[in-house]
Amino acid sequence: MAEVILKKVEKEYPNGFKAVHGIDLQIKDGEFMVFVGPSGCSKSTTLRMIAGLEDITGGEIWIGNKCVNEVPPKDRGIAMVFQNYALYPHMTAYENMAFGLKFQKTPKDEIERRVTEAADKLEITDLLKRKPKEMSGGQRQRVAVGRAIVRKPEVFLFDEPLSNLDAKLRVSMRVRINQLHRQLKEEGQPATMIYVTHDQVEAMTMGDRICVMKLGEIMQVDTPLNLYNKPANRFVAGFIGAPAMNIVKGELIKKEGRLAVKIDALELELPQEKAKKVEAYVGKNIWFGIRPEHIKSHETHSNEASNYASGNISIIEQMGNEEFVYFDIQGNQYISRLNPDRIKKLNLSEDYSFWFDMNKCHIFDFDTEENISL
Amino acid sequence: MKAKQESQINHQEVNDLLENDMLLRKRRIRRGKINSAVRYAILIAVGILMLYPLVWLIGASFKTNAEIFTSIGFMPKEFDFSGYIRGWKTSTEYTFATYFANTFKIVIPKVILTVISTTVTAYGFARFKFKGKKLLFSILIATLLLPNVVLRIPQYLMYREFNWLDSYKPLVVPAAFAVDAFFVFMMIQFMKGLPKDLEEAAVIDGCNSFQVLWYILIPMLKPAMISVALFQFMWTMNDFLGPLIYISSVKKYPVSIALKMSMDASTLVQWNQTLAMSVIVLIPSLVVFFIAQKHFVDGISTTGMKG
Ligand SMILES: Nc1ncnc2c1ncn2[C@@H]1O[C@H](COP(=O)(O)OP(=O)(O)O)[C@@H](O)[C@H]1O
Ligand SMILES: [Mg+2]
Repeated sequence: MAEVILKKVEKEYPNGFKAVHGIDLQIKDGEFMVFVGPSGCSKSTTLRMIAGLEDITGGEIWIGNKCVNEVPPKDRGIAMVFQNYALYPHMTAYENMAFGLKFQKTPKDEIERRVTEAADKLEITDLLKRKPKEMSGGQRQRVAVGRAIVRKPEVFLFDEPLSNLDAKLRVSMRVRINQLHRQLKEEGQPATMIYVTHDQVEAMTMGDRICVMKLGEIMQVDTPLNLYNKPANRFVAGFIGAPAMNIVKGELIKKEGRLAVKIDALELELPQEKAKKVEAYVGKNIWFGIRPEHIKSHETHSNEASNYASGNISIIEQMGNEEFVYFDIQGNQYISRLNPDRIKKLNLSEDYSFWFDMNKCHIFDFDTEENISL
Repeated sequence: MKAKQESQINHQEVNDLLENDMLLRKRRIRRGKINSAVRYAILIAVGILMLYPLVWLIGASFKTNAEIFTSIGFMPKEFDFSGYIRGWKTSTEYTFATYFANTFKIVIPKVILTVISTTVTAYGFARFKFKGKKLLFSILIATLLLPNVVLRIPQYLMYREFNWLDSYKPLVVPAAFAVDAFFVFMMIQFMKGLPKDLEEAAVIDGCNSFQVLWYILIPMLKPAMISVALFQFMWTMNDFLGPLIYISSVKKYPVSIALKMSMDASTLVQWNQTLAMSVIVLIPSLVVFFIAQKHFVDGISTTGMKG
């Protein structure tokens, strides 16, 4: 049983810099939680406080029904995998993995059993006699994960473990870590995993839940799909998803009894459902957000009642199965995600008509940037 | 059609480029050869210039006393070992073996104490936060800049109070307190270059601060520790002033003083004996240096973390 609970956790570095501003978070037993956010948003700081490598200057951290504020790292039931692997350079892979167990006074045969078992799981059995400098980056990271596994921790902490690997290895390691999480669950010893990354693709594919952070504060905690479909605020909306959501400044107006978003001369009508939620904002400035896949071609959606707009195409990014079309409407740039098989071949500088699927749009308060259309 | 033309042009261009590249590379290799020839010539010339006194010393130690001042070349007319034999016996009641033993009684504990104390002190400065650290560090640097001579007299008075005169204590004991600021400074710099992740991983694995130092840092600090040991060994071997001030009985003299003694024992200096003993005194330093050099170079490449 290892729930991890953060209660109003704060961190002020000795130099006076306040890195974490009182965050609350509950991570369930056996959950895979991802911390994601731009560089410098205090993901690592938070993780290191959970590990006990940084003092907590305010609030409490609980691991498995115990407040661990004053508990040293080795007694917290955690294991950590570092970005730079942090393998002891003068020890072989085997010694690296066995090192922590020796300090727990684990019997020798038990150490050997656990190390070989973990090596088996990670397919590093033939590397056990090698030293870190004789291994590739991917192999080192697997040994580092192995070193964490053998301790049988209740909580695994990962700090950007894949960011030093090349793209292909990253994908395969990603899968492997996910498998590990599942495997441990099936073996009846589920481990809570907390995984820090700045890469939103990693976050989306790995996490049971994702905690999006910005400047030492939590922006939203939810499942990957909910983050994507129901971003709580403008920051999350812009951070999750690639290409990013189109977000432009607009005004909410009422016209002939119907609500519409007005962006300069462009007026987009809101469907009844959305309109009800944002009625109070009529006459005010808002941020209007719509994902690229919800701006469609008039060729595929020709019979809608309204919300067509003509844009001047500035950039076309071909992905093969889809294309990202950047276009301008009155100085605002939008991105649309289209299926090239179902429309004519587009040319640069061409005027082309798009349809905005306003059922899927988001409206954010102009000042607080909260999502008001959920 | 157009595409084909393009590809032909490309082909041509690529060929040209390749040829150009070959020429350039050949030229570079030739220039490289000339360069290295010049470089080696200069190095060899300077090397001979630097080494000649040493070579002369070795040669002269086999000459007779009369020959030393009559011939310029370093090869003796015939090898005369009497310098070694008589030199070893010395003009005192002790042989050179006693003086060597004395030297090692100073050097060995001093080197060991220096390595331990500087490593621990540097660990404290490089990795811990404590009150007054800045002040202590400034004092450390200040002692680095302080000329040694200034300290001689107060130190002498202090050791006299301790009743340590005519013993090796004044020469050895200070080393246990990391008094060589230069070594501490060097060690701190080296330690700051080591990644902290490793120590954090070790803390999570259950090490306390001393275990981190012992199991993780010291293996990585080996090159720095070896250089400290090496420098301290050589400096102590060659130290003349320290023993001269504190050691008064001949029985306790180290080789550096014993050598000097052989020069003013009588009015007629037996130069061949002095030179022969100088050669012997050089041997330990040379041996230690060549042994240490290998580890020195070995150690530097073991820090590797990233791929
Ligand atoms: N030891 C430290 N002293 C002072 N400020 C620090 C220290 N470590 C990190 N910071 C600051 O805290 C903020 C968060 O850092 P970090 O947790 O490493 O961010 P992330 O991992 O999300 O990129 C950054 O602005 C960083 O400059
Ligand atoms: Mg980080």
